[in-house]
This record gives sequence, C-alpha cells and structure tokens, in this order.
Amino acid sequence: MTATALRPARPQTKTKRRTAGTPPRRRRRQNLAGWLFVGPVIFGVLFFQLAPVAASLVVSLTNWSGLNQPKFLGLGNYVELFRADDTFYDSLRNTVVFTIAVVASTIMLGLGLAVLCNQKVKGIGIFRTLYYSPVVTNVVAIGFVWFWLYEPDNGLFNSTLKTIGIDGPAWLSDTRTALVAVIVVAIWQGVGYPMVILLAGLQSIDQSLLEAATVDGATAWRRFWSVVVPLLTPSLFFLTITQFISSFQVFGIIYVMTSGGPNNATSVFIFHIYEAAFGHGRLGYASAMGWVLFIIVGFVTAVQWKLEKRWVHYDN
Amino acid sequence: MHFLAVVFALPMLWMVSASLKPENEVLRTPPTFIPTTFLWSNYTQAADGLLPFFLNSVKLASLNVGFLLFFAALAGYGFARLDFVFKRTAFALLLSTAMIPSMVYLVPQYMLFREMGWIDTHYPLWVPNVLTPVFGTFLLRQAFRGIPNELEEAAKLDGASVFTTFWRIMLPQVKPALAAVGALTFMASWNDLFGPLIFLNSTRLQTMPVALALFKGEYFTQTNLMMAAATLTILPPLLLFLVAQKYFVQGITMSGLKG
Repeated sequence: MTATALRPARPQTKTKRRTAGTPPRRRRRQNLAGWLFVGPVIFGVLFFQLAPVAASLVVSLTNWSGLNQPKFLGLGNYVELFRADDTFYDSLRNTVVFTIAVVASTIMLGLGLAVLCNQKVKGIGIFRTLYYSPVVTNVVAIGFVWFWLYEPDNGLFNSTLKTIGIDGPAWLSDTRTALVAVIVVAIWQGVGYPMVILLAGLQSIDQSLLEAATVDGATAWRRFWSVVVPLLTPSLFFLTITQFISSFQVFGIIYVMTSGGPNNATSVFIFHIYEAAFGHGRLGYASAMGWVLFIIVGFVTAVQWKLEKRWVHYDN
Repeated sequence: MHFLAVVFALPMLWMVSASLKPENEVLRTPPTFIPTTFLWSNYTQAADGLLPFFLNSVKLASLNVGFLLFFAALAGYGFARLDFVFKRTAFALLLSTAMIPSMVYLVPQYMLFREMGWIDTHYPLWVPNVLTPVFGTFLLRQAFRGIPNELEEAAKLDGASVFTTFWRIMLPQVKPALAAVGALTFMASWNDLFGPLIFLNSTRLQTMPVALALFKGEYFTQTNLMMAAATLTILPPLLLFLVAQKYFVQGITMSGLKG
C-alpha cells in the first residue's frame, strides 16, 4: 500500500487541456461535483491525521500530561530521550533486531513457499490457504497458543525436548531467548503475506522466457536465480519497504506475549511509546518519540528508494 | 511439502485439539493430540462469555466496511473520472498521509477524541477509519480508471446526474475491487487491538481480541476454555477468507503491484 502511494502522481496534462475550454458556469458545477465526491475523505485526512500530526510536533516540545498546564521545554524531550533513557536504547535495539530478522526471514521463506505453492498440483489451494491463514488471525489468539506452546513445564516444545532428555529453557521469561521466541511467532504469522505477493509475481512471469533459458541449457537452479529472481525484484522491493514499515511498528504480539519483558528484553519502540503515553501519562515525551519513529522510518524508506536502481529490474 | 505444511499448521491444530479436551487432559505429559473425549461444551461455555464482545466486533466491522466502501468509492470515482480544481493537490495530500506512522498523531488524536467526548465510545474505532480510506480510495480509483468511457457517456446522454451515473452505472462495474477493499477492511477492523485498547475503558464495549486478552486474567484459568475462546475469535475472519479468497488475494496483490 505504501510503496504505490510513494510514487509521485504523474501530471495530467490531458485533464488540464479539457477543462480549459469549458464555460465558467459549467466549470463551477464540475468543481462542486468533484469536491462533493472527494470532500469527505480530504476532510477526514486533514481533520483526523494531518492536523494531529502538526499538533503532535508542538506537543513534543512540552511536558504536557493531558491534565496540567503544558510548559514549553524546547528540545528537552528529545535530549532526555537520547541522553537519559536507557529503555529507549533497549527498545530501539530490540526493534532493529526484530525488524531485520522478520523482514529477511519472511521474504526469503515467503519466496520459498511461493515457489512451492506455484506448482500445478491438485489441492495446492489448500496449502496456499494454510500458509496465509495466520495473517488473517488476530494476534491475541496467536499469542495465546504460542504462549502455551512455549510454557516451560508443560508446553509442547519442552515436553517434546524432555522426551529426548533435554531441559528446554523458559522461552519467554529468559532474557536470552525471549526476543528470539517472539521473532519466531512473528515470522510464522507474517510469512503468508510475502508469499501471496510473490506468488502473484511468479504467475505473471512470461513462460516463454523460462522455455528460452531451458533451450539454452540453463539448469533449473540457474533459471531460478538468473531469470525468475530478477523478474521478481519489483515485488521483492515492494516487500522490503512494506515489511520494514510494519515490522518496525510491531506492537500486538509483544503486548500479548511478553509485555516487553523480561527486564525489557522484548520492549520495542511502539511499546515504549504506549507505556510513556498511557502508562505514565507523559504525552509530550510520547509525541517526541513518535516523531523520532517517523524520522527513522522516513529515512530508511528514502534510503531504500535510493538503492532501488541498483538491484530492481523493471521490464519496460 | 506435506511435512512442512503439518509443522506450519501445528500451532493451530494444537489450539483446536486443546479446545476440545477436558481440563485435566490439557497439561498431561506426554501430550495427547487427539482428545480422549471430545468436550464440545467448552465451546458453548466460551461462546456464552464472548457473545457481547462478538456483537461489538460485528457492529464495528459492519460500520467500518459499509461506510469505508461508500466514502472510498466516492473519492475513488472523483479522482478517476471527474475534473475539478486542485485535484492533483488533493490526491497528493491523500497519498502523503499513507507514509505517516499512526503513532505520530496518536496523542493529539486521543486528546481530540477526549474533547469530542468520544473516549469510551465506539466512534473512534470507525469514524476516523472510514473518513481516511487512503488505500481503498487508491484501489478504487484504479478500478474506475479501467472502465471504458462509453458507459458513462451513454448515461450522461440519458440525462443522468453525476451521482446517479456513479451509483447506478459505474459502481456495479467495480464490484471485485469493492469486495477486495471490503475484505481487507473487515480484517483490519476485526483484528484491531491497539484502537480498542486505547479508546475504550468499559469492558462491555470491548471487541473480541481485547476481550480475549482480558479473559486470560479474569475469566478463564482453564486453558481448554481459553483455546475454545481463541478458536471462536479467529473463526469469522477465517471463514470469510475461505469464502472470498479470490478477492483477498486480488486486494493484496493490487496493493503491491499496480503502481
């Protein structure tokens, strides 16, 4: 959704030329009709999003708690965030680890599953449905099931390990394993989305290209890396952008499974913001963090777009 | 391939299996996969507790889907087929918001809703959504652009107003795109956790996912009942996905590939 949105709209010179010749009264009616159609949505965006964005910048410069008379702090919140907030650095590090692991794994595994599910086999639809189904499942239910699978004493994982003589760790309450355990759940839940996108990409590949490569003596492995993957790069590029944006803002699975614990081992950026705003009532501070998040996400996305030419291959 | 699928399905199968077991069998080691006795009453018991939250979720999902489709179709049609001043600016403004993480404006939005008396009501969970359908507008605009001009011109010659042309002639042409947007909207509404968590205080207003999270502490100490409740919350979107899979896939892929 975001990648498409980022493309600047092409100037529509044709439209301009058409309106130029219309008499003023008709043009006024056209304008009114057009704005009646798009007005509600433009109003919504201005009122519910853009105005709050501007307000948030102002709030981030104050010590507002929602109840007190706000005092202007200048960049005080930002200074505190970077100078005095260890949890912020913990959550930033966890978010980066989480994001890299989830983006890389879901895209690579998604590609593998897409290739598997692209076979012309009877009943293949069942497999596709299976791999996509966690994506439509709510994160609380998923958290429950995995929480219980990870249970140190009676959970499925540790009971299985016990049968072969291994004492499994307390997955979610051990600082060394908690983040990895949550990452595994996120990958399991998220892999269906890249799979569907890449499957659509695979299905739009012109079969004659593959046949030509076969005639030239390319092995299946070579065909995959030299023909299929380059043709999928636009989809892969789209996925790196969208998966990055959504992973960096992970909240639900953390909230449900660990609440950021143990000892901040799984605290992520959004969770830290949520705590500051609704746990401690520090609205100014939370807004400052929101802006830092915005800047990080915007910067990384811009870098990704800059690197696009280096590896993304477009047909036309 | 089948082995991989079974491993992948394991958590879900485990959930359903546990949801049917008697309480004393859930934590048995070594674990049993097929329950020794099928206890269907777990479901009726969980459903009893979940019913009010189910109704809240259904209400919100219906409002979200219905109104979002209406406003997104209006705007999509406007941007695709009508000429008006500042059209390009308006469209750029709309798309620019897709990049902004909702966390940035969360605090002012919360204060805005508080001023409007909307905290602890259902309004914040659908009114802002249906009036800011960036993705839906974009997708429907693409769909409207793909329809040949002749249909619209024929309607105009018959003297139909702009709105009638839109409602009677053009809207039926984009049904697949409407279904795709509707399906994704339903999913987002049904599975939203953050919104209800922040904007609602009263338990009776809560939706299924949050109720499930609350249940963990308050109602159920019994894992089998919790798993039955979890299964019930994921069932509606899963069933919808099975029925309307074509539209889901279409919506997802259109979101990615038709730049």
